[in-house]
Amino acid sequence: MIEVKNLHKSFGEAHILKGINTSFEKGKTNLIIGQSGSGKTVFLKCLLGLYDYEEGSIEYDGENFANLSEDKKRDMRAKIGMVFQGSALFDSLTIEENVMFPLRMFTKLKKEEMRERANFVLKRVNLEDAHNKMPSEASGGMQKRVAIARAIVNNPKYLFCDEPNSGLDPKTATVIDNLIKEITEEYNITTVINSHDMNSVMEIGEKIVFLKEGLKAWEGSRHTIFKTDNEVVTDFVYSSNLFKKVREAILKENS
Amino acid sequence: MKYLHNIGTYFLMIIELFRKPTKWSVMKELILKDIDDLIIGSLGIVAFIAFFVGGVVTIQTALNIDNPLIPKELIGFATRQSILLEFAPTFMSIIMAGKVGSFITSSIGTMRVTEQIDALEVMGINSLNYLVFPKLIAMAFYPFVISIAMFLGIIGGLMACIYGGYASADDFITGLQQEFNPFHITYAFIKTFLFAFVLATIPSFHGYYMKGGALEVGKASTTSFVWTSVAIILINYLATQLLLS
Repeated sequence: MIEVKNLHKSFGEAHILKGINTSFEKGKTNLIIGQSGSGKTVFLKCLLGLYDYEEGSIEYDGENFANLSEDKKRDMRAKIGMVFQGSALFDSLTIEENVMFPLRMFTKLKKEEMRERANFVLKRVNLEDAHNKMPSEASGGMQKRVAIARAIVNNPKYLFCDEPNSGLDPKTATVIDNLIKEITEEYNITTVINSHDMNSVMEIGEKIVFLKEGLKAWEGSRHTIFKTDNEVVTDFVYSSNLFKKVREAILKENS
Repeated sequence: MKYLHNIGTYFLMIIELFRKPTKWSVMKELILKDIDDLIIGSLGIVAFIAFFVGGVVTIQTALNIDNPLIPKELIGFATRQSILLEFAPTFMSIIMAGKVGSFITSSIGTMRVTEQIDALEVMGINSLNYLVFPKLIAMAFYPFVISIAMFLGIIGGLMACIYGGYASADDFITGLQQEFNPFHITYAFIKTFLFAFVLATIPSFHGYYMKGGALEVGKASTTSFVWTSVAIILINYLATQLLLS
């Protein structure tokens, strides 16, 4: 479980996060949603320890990340898996080497054992035949799956995903969403996903934190987001014509 | 103020790159790859430039000696001094700031833009140690490149001298051996080591701390070339003042 208390973050004069309080639960897919510029990515980078923050705290299973020694921070980071928006695969390594990378850095496994583990997770993300390809030879969806495989290869306790299905077609996006949800349940990890995709919200949003201008505007789940009368949330949710029409149809049916 | 901030950040980067070392088995491969990219990959252009610039130095020296009282050996002597003291270590390092420096800045800068550096940091890896330290170690072999430049520069001079008919091979070789001061070699290699450090770290700094996208990677490469060249020229002046005066 990750607990965030009164988190503030500024860049010069710009106050980006203005006191966020929330928690992300274990074994669930936790979504941070909001419009572009609402502070989602900054929030995620603060959670990952990539950005220092001015005020507040972030606790990983009761341990305040900022107060840990450098060595302990390093140990903690080894328990974190991250899927970046652009996948962030290492260009100079093959897909298999990318997946083996965390094992090479943090374990004493023999090369064959590492390869076996990498093959296992690549199979888990349905990429059995792509081992020797370079990242540049893989499609966007494949790159995302490799990034997921790399993130979970070391059995992380926490999985973070920054807009994992951005730039993907709806079918592949759904595959990626479901894969993340399955992995979260299978490994019982705390997953935090940064998204502005309403399909993801409907598919996998077990816990949703809605950000607006650096503040938590709403918190709930995929079951409650369509029932809320919080204007900020409804503005966002029904900004798409599809959802607007679905809502109108439901209201018509109910009346 | 911005320059002072950058200078401070540069020195903090130097300290940081020695902390939290990467696993040796991984580091070994990174060093070998960087030796291949930075040292072996530069040998062709270094050999080509050194050979022909050596020839040009000889031709220009020969053409400027029109007094019959000045011995022909002076051509070999002047070529040796120019190549050993300045051309091979300094001029070649400025060329390498363009070749190796832009490669380092653009490769690290691209990793920054595509969040690969963030990925390393999230995994708990000291990205500076992982990315810059192997380049620093690889550049410790830079004096090998400069030795080749010295050798080929003199061979180029000899060839130009013989085939241009400016002096005989004997005169040239006699000139090469005249008043040879071994400390000049020491001086040249002290400079080379300092330049190697600059060539590995300044471009890395510009790549690592860049912000923006593809356009900024290009700008960072240019800025890195300018500042690496400035640092080389300043170090050259200071080293010469301290070691030779």
